[in-house]
Amino acid sequence: MTRGLSLENVSLSFGAVEVLRDLSLEIGAGEFVAVVGPSGCGKTTLLNLFSGFVKPTAGRVRCEGQMRMVYQHDGLFPWRTVAENISMGLRNITDDAERARQLKEMLALIGLAGFGEHYPHQLSGGMRQRVELARALAGETDVLLLDEPFSALDYLTRLRLRRELSRLLRERPRTVVLVTHDTEEAAQLADRVVVLSDRPARIRRELTLDLERPRDATNSQVVEAVHRILTELGLEHDTENVLV
Amino acid sequence: MREETLSPQTRLLPLLVLLAALGLWAALSLLRFFPESLFPSPLSVARGFLEEVRSGRLFNDVIASLFRVTTGFLLAVALGTPLGLWLGHQARARAALLPAINFFRNLSPLAWIPFAILWFGIGDVPAIFLIFMAAFFPIVLATMAAYSSIPSVYFRVAENYGYGSRALLLEVTLPAIMPQVITSLRVTAGLAWLVVVAAEMIAGRDGLGFAIWDARNGLRMDLLVVGMIVIGIIGVVIDRLLVQLTRIPSVRWGYER
Repeated sequence: MTRGLSLENVSLSFGAVEVLRDLSLEIGAGEFVAVVGPSGCGKTTLLNLFSGFVKPTAGRVRCEGQMRMVYQHDGLFPWRTVAENISMGLRNITDDAERARQLKEMLALIGLAGFGEHYPHQLSGGMRQRVELARALAGETDVLLLDEPFSALDYLTRLRLRRELSRLLRERPRTVVLVTHDTEEAAQLADRVVVLSDRPARIRRELTLDLERPRDATNSQVVEAVHRILTELGLEHDTENVLV
Repeated sequence: MREETLSPQTRLLPLLVLLAALGLWAALSLLRFFPESLFPSPLSVARGFLEEVRSGRLFNDVIASLFRVTTGFLLAVALGTPLGLWLGHQARARAALLPAINFFRNLSPLAWIPFAILWFGIGDVPAIFLIFMAAFFPIVLATMAAYSSIPSVYFRVAENYGYGSRALLLEVTLPAIMPQVITSLRVTAGLAWLVVVAAEMIAGRDGLGFAIWDARNGLRMDLLVVGMIVIGIIGVVIDRLLVQLTRIPSVRWGYER
């Protein structure tokens, strides 16, 4: 696997604040990795390292292929219509007809076929996040960096968008790094969940979920994974012995 | 800026107020608190209006004033917007120039009138200069503020999607500041229209400001009121025209959040 991402013994400090200490993480091509951890522990910094927005103080960041980030909210350009926003992801396609075809396909894929001429402020929060995903998935990209993409949405919309993302990734497979504080979201979507410690962040634990997507939030393995993540974060007690 | 749906009756209210004001004016002039020469009646103003239209003087004055305002204002926009962008972008330049710009922003442009006459004489140029001085500094400051309030996420998104510096300016920075810039254009256009009247009173041989001054000197209070009414109406029309800019689809977002 050559087209993945990796951090090798990465340390990072902002002035006197040590954010990451000697962190190593290997992400294979096509893998979906979720990063969870206490708030302020440096999860988003991890994405910024991959995107090249932040340089490590020590260690090496390896990151191959075209990369796109999806933000919590308001990453869409409000002066552009839905179609124009998604077309940003298709800028490299020079053939007009081909670009139009792919745009139409993306709009249909996120179920907003009739909304191409709408502006973002005319859409609901859930619709806007779908457009963000479509923009990031349009064209040829290799890596998707998701920074708490659903955190500004209500719970039911969040559940719906997790399904949507699973479906979109089936159509257009990408390497995905998802940063979230929503442990259920991590367990429902990721092949591997990385639990970070408090600052300076280290990897406390990695959890592998070998389970087909889309998964139900109430799937017993998902629930079990949530329990293990929360236990690792010190928010639930290890009750395994009691259950058995 | 919220669009409210008004009933047709409500829309007629301004007309009602106008009629009431006219009635009050007529009543006051009939009561003769002041002599007719100091307090012209609506009728004499209407006659004065027709006289000014027939002689062609009113038309000439309107054109002269509009030409000066348009030229001075467009010059201020053409130079002020890029300077504002540059100051928003360069922290050092901002630190160096902001105090000076704030100084001139708070200096009434009318204080420049003596110099304007000494340097540029009488006519179009001093008025254009004064309008420029009135509009330039507020436009610089508004553009700068608009630039610094662009969410940084837009720039990072642009980088993600491979925007070069030219595309960044034309497709991100300019559309992002547009709503705020349009608002500042409305404010400064109003300011420019206020200033042209004062400038022409002192440094003009024509224009609406001069017409008012001339009417005062000739003791033609009816013509003075004609000038006032025309100035007010044109000011409102200019603002209504600039409001149309806020209806452009790609700037609506700035007024609806």
